[in-house]
Amino acid sequence: MIPSETLLDRAAVELQPDTELRPPSMASRLMRDRKVVCAGGFILLLIVLALGAPWIAPKDPLAQNLLLATVPPAGLPGSEPGYLLGTDGLGRDVLSRVIYGTRVSLTVAFVAAGLACLIGSLLGLAAGFLGSAIDALISRLVDVWMAFPPVLLSILLVAILGTGLHSVITAIVVIDWTRFCRVVRTETMGQAQMDYVVAARAMGFSRSAILFREIFPNVVPVLIALLTLEMGIAVVVEAILSFVGLSVSSDTPTWGGMIAEGRQIVHEAWWVLAAPLAALFATVVAFNQVGDGLARSLDPVLRR
Amino acid sequence: MSALRLAIEALSAISLRDGNRPILRRVSLAIAVGEVHGVVGESGAGKSTIAKAILGIIPSQVRVAGGRITFEGRDLLALSTNELRGILGRDIALVPQDPSTAFNPSRRIDAQMTDGLRLKRGFSAKEARMRARALLEEVQIRDPERVLNSYPHQLSGGMRQRVLIAAAFGLEPKLVIADEPTTALDVTVQKQILRLIRALQERHGTSVLFVSHDLGVVAKICDRLSVLYMGKVVEQGSTADVLAAPSNAYTKALLAANPRYDRPDSGLEPTPPEVIAALRAEIAAFDRGARQAEHG
Amino acid sequence: MADALLAARGLVVSYGAGRLGRGGSAPVILHGVDIAIGKGETVGIVGESGCGKTTLGRALLGLVTPSAGTVVFDGRNITALDERARRPLRRRMQMIFQDPMSSLNPRRTIGQILTEPILLHGLAANRTAAISLVYGVLDRVGLLRHTIERYSFELSGGQRQRVGIARAVVLRPDFVLADEIVSGLDVSTQAQVLRLLKELTSEMHLALAFISHDLSVIRSICHRVVVMRDGGIVEQGSCGDVFSAPQSAYTRMLIDAIPLPTVDSGWLGRSTAETATTI
Repeated sequence: MIPSETLLDRAAVELQPDTELRPPSMASRLMRDRKVVCAGGFILLLIVLALGAPWIAPKDPLAQNLLLATVPPAGLPGSEPGYLLGTDGLGRDVLSRVIYGTRVSLTVAFVAAGLACLIGSLLGLAAGFLGSAIDALISRLVDVWMAFPPVLLSILLVAILGTGLHSVITAIVVIDWTRFCRVVRTETMGQAQMDYVVAARAMGFSRSAILFREIFPNVVPVLIALLTLEMGIAVVVEAILSFVGLSVSSDTPTWGGMIAEGRQIVHEAWWVLAAPLAALFATVVAFNQVGDGLARSLDPVLRR
Repeated sequence: MSALRLAIEALSAISLRDGNRPILRRVSLAIAVGEVHGVVGESGAGKSTIAKAILGIIPSQVRVAGGRITFEGRDLLALSTNELRGILGRDIALVPQDPSTAFNPSRRIDAQMTDGLRLKRGFSAKEARMRARALLEEVQIRDPERVLNSYPHQLSGGMRQRVLIAAAFGLEPKLVIADEPTTALDVTVQKQILRLIRALQERHGTSVLFVSHDLGVVAKICDRLSVLYMGKVVEQGSTADVLAAPSNAYTKALLAANPRYDRPDSGLEPTPPEVIAALRAEIAAFDRGARQAEHG
Repeated sequence: MADALLAARGLVVSYGAGRLGRGGSAPVILHGVDIAIGKGETVGIVGESGCGKTTLGRALLGLVTPSAGTVVFDGRNITALDERARRPLRRRMQMIFQDPMSSLNPRRTIGQILTEPILLHGLAANRTAAISLVYGVLDRVGLLRHTIERYSFELSGGQRQRVGIARAVVLRPDFVLADEIVSGLDVSTQAQVLRLLKELTSEMHLALAFISHDLSVIRSICHRVVVMRDGGIVEQGSCGDVFSAPQSAYTRMLIDAIPLPTVDSGWLGRSTAETATTI
């Protein structure tokens, strides 16, 4: 067996990875993508606003001043200095309320979507990779779960758990984990059919190494796209639940709650509705853009 | 030399996506009535682009940059889509490469076979069905009724390819484009399919453009050959001449690389680097000449 | 065969064997196959699609569980080993795949794909040592060293198949299974890949099971050939014997169906009695 030894060892030589051929790092690729930079910057801004709301917001978001009710935004006739986006029907500063509203929206986006993603993809990976009995069990569970009308389910949940941020998050996780589970299961099954999985088995890799090192990276791109989509959805769902009065108590400013209040006085003061709607819209778009961009640059296959 | 059926003259094509890289470099070839002309080359040589140019199905990132394709006295490249549509299927038919994806999986064979007969020949539904049955009998399918009532997935690969050949020849076209028609098949089935194409072609006097990467296959079915390298015809002639006494170094290299069970000690010869270098130089010189002609 | 490295006896594989939740009688893919491959020997396994050659290969490697029969590797019965007990043997038995595009993980670099098996089987103490082994094997299979930075889709078909070969031989196996590894390649690339494989098997004294539908390719690199049909072996013997005097009508028909690149006007017309029944 000497020949093979020399064959493979003779070139155990100096190690000089040719660095000039190394492809650009992920960060630099991301920075070149203008859409991602804009959208990511916007989300970063939201995070800063949410964390620093007490210092950034110009006014107390709860302070009412009935003498200054429905003041229009700056630049319009009748605007007041200090109220950049005007005031609502109770004379509260709209800008400050939008800024405080990011706290609830972002919490829901990250925590609810993150938990739904975690639970759904773990179950999806298990179903897709382990197959047979476990797959049958999880898939039936998902089928039954999805047969419930989601709105009814969330109202039911909030009714049981009571209103509040935690129950909004619970409702989103409980309803939307199935979305992740189904997509990840299908994707995992597809990847498990590929020859590289057989190759890994033939190499003697353990099942967990095959699942997490071989299959999972190939599921990540679709997972990221789905996760950022879900973040947008979570923000909207929270707004809907606020709108129907099932979210946090009315003394916490939320975009959904503002939309509900603004709707009633839209003919006298459209900005009360427009400001939170615009924030909501921009946030959803930003999450989706970042998702697309991340998937593009994280993924060597899409990147080519 | 009998009458010409198809004449391709100085056909050039470029890839728009890849910096206007040439895909076909002034390809000329002529197919006589009742002749099978083989186009051989390795992947990326431009074989399929020739077939697609004749059929007017050039992909959007490829542009025909010059030349003529004369069929029955008309330049196919100059025809409108509608005029071309009138010729395709009736006078020019295609036998595709992969019989497993060439059918619509959710329609039965009879529906898919009679489409062309009704559309291009104006047959009634009943006439078309009778004709389809007769066509399947002509390609030696023993139980044509069963095949007509089947869905594509219920047939073997060889059977599907027979049906496709029956459908292509069924419209009595003057020219059949066969794009690697046996690549997806087992050797014994391949032999039957080749025999079938040859028999139908001889019976109907059809001309065939036979695209293949396999020198063995073209040796058995083609009258004449064009050997393609990087979109340029490097050798052209009768099959016997090209294979027995190749004049071009690339053709020689292809033959030397081809393993043969009857000569176990030859074959598998890697293409000598000087041959590749000479070919590349030739291509580069050709491109320089083409650019000068364009600007001067 | 006394000095067989890998031998299977009475191998039966039925579809769905070893899986839960599939009732009823499973269709048999292999029925009672006997095969032996000696040290340093290259054995061609040929047959048409659906003959069971791929399943036979995977059963030899323990990737498919046979419902009957035994597989003996280096004197040890490995038929019923579980994954843990089999792991040390995995290094010694390697596989090269038909489609290197699907057998190389598209989201891992060639460097990751090649170093991880080395580390798993402890052939190198650390990553640096593993990479130096990888450089050695890349040099040998004719790939540039910076290939380790690449992803599979950035390589040509021939380069990908060289990576497939590198992955198999870097672990210094005793046995390699090659399943239709040149069927997607151009003849000139095919010639290079087959030459490389031929050199490696003799340099490393490898036993090679070479599955192919192409008898010409088998003739050019194999010592012995096994002809399969419908899940069984029709004929086996040294290439010289089988090609010059095939014993079975099916083998003769397979050989007759190979189109040689020579003009032979009678070839299309010559047909064997069996031909009509195969479509």
